[in-house]
Amino acid sequence: MTTLASNSAPETVVSVSGLTRRFRSRLALEDLSLEVTRGQVFGLVGANGAGKTTLIKHLLGLYAPQTGIVRVFGLDPVKEPANVLGRVGFLSEDRDLPAWMRVEELLRYAAAFYPRWDAEYAERLREQFQLDPRARVKHLSRGELAKAGLLTALAHRPALLILDEPSSGLDPLVRREVLEAVVRTVAEEGRTVFFSSHLLDEIERVSDQVAMMSSGRMVLRGELAEILEGHHRVTLRFPQPLGQAPVLEGALTVQGAGREWTAVCNGTLPRLSAAAAKLGAQVVAEQAATLEEIFLARVGSGAACGESVEA
Amino acid sequence: MQLHLAPRDGLPIYRQIVNQVKYLLAAGRLAAGEELPPIRTLAEQLVINPNTVARAYLELERAGLVTKRQGSGTYVSEIRSPLRRTERLRLLADRADALLAESRHLEIEFDEVLELLRERAQAMSPKEPL
Repeated sequence: MTTLASNSAPETVVSVSGLTRRFRSRLALEDLSLEVTRGQVFGLVGANGAGKTTLIKHLLGLYAPQTGIVRVFGLDPVKEPANVLGRVGFLSEDRDLPAWMRVEELLRYAAAFYPRWDAEYAERLREQFQLDPRARVKHLSRGELAKAGLLTALAHRPALLILDEPSSGLDPLVRREVLEAVVRTVAEEGRTVFFSSHLLDEIERVSDQVAMMSSGRMVLRGELAEILEGHHRVTLRFPQPLGQAPVLEGALTVQGAGREWTAVCNGTLPRLSAAAAKLGAQVVAEQAATLEEIFLARVGSGAACGESVEA
Repeated sequence: MQLHLAPRDGLPIYRQIVNQVKYLLAAGRLAAGEELPPIRTLAEQLVINPNTVARAYLELERAGLVTKRQGSGTYVSEIRSPLRRTERLRLLADRADALLAESRHLEIEFDEVLELLRERAQAMSPKEPL
């Protein structure tokens, strides 16, 4: 994958290997591994409760791994929180900002926290986001809260921006502003973004790399373009009506009735056509599968852990 | 250059950009020597990852459709397609097969398909000023 910052060998910004986490008897993360290199936008997809926030809390050093290794900038975020967090911009899903502060106080507070705070940039963002400096945090709307949180995450020009469900509960206009900020962040040389979302069109728009999580496990991970190109939605037509769904090689899910069945498949088209021919069927329609279809098919079928895509 | 993305159609965004630029070239809406928008500008305009735009431009460059000039920008190539003629015909033959298969399924006669092609070619050619 070409990235704008690809002058030298790819530099690993985040690496997680074999991460497992239990809360009492409940398995929240199971043997997770992933790697994010510099300049990438890494999109983490999963339904609510899949373990996305738990994973992010490990990256921030808020949880210590029970099993496995977590490194951010090559450092252990639990042992060196200052060196990690000083270079990370973070927007949490619940935007936990001090409610009693005014916006201008919030900015001064954040400026004191980050040595590399860029006051001029912060002011530019505040104007762009149309945040009233005199307004109190507790009186901000959901959208304004998200923008205030994003401002404090961005204004120290972090090397790594981590966004946990940045669009949750936002209207399309604010969502777009958040996405624009992500795009601008990557456009600035060498910045890396790690963001989680359950909105697949959002992930599809801005990610290079995608990881899909379900019940604490990684069901699929890879380059977004390869994942999209490696999956197809094909409709098969059989000479005779079938009483039950056909077993098609490479199919993740099969739905239909009678003579026509539609499958979301992993594999190249010639291979899928050959597999269909073996069943005596003909491929009558073929389309690229959307990320949403792939996600539903993968999560539904409970596919193997960390399986990579076949190109 | 105006591109419109459909994030829900399953085609990777870089491929949508490649396809649309090819279409604009074929329709004469992008001429030889014309500059494509800078990567960052297009990324911000479409609200997509700049790496995706870079990838699309790289693909167009590999296909010989655009040329990157050191330190300046990306321009539409003077020589439209360096692919050998047989190669180009082979690419088109695949699409023709798909069209014919589809028309058979839809029970459209071959002559009607030809007529449709002629119509579309006319619609696609640059309009004469009134």
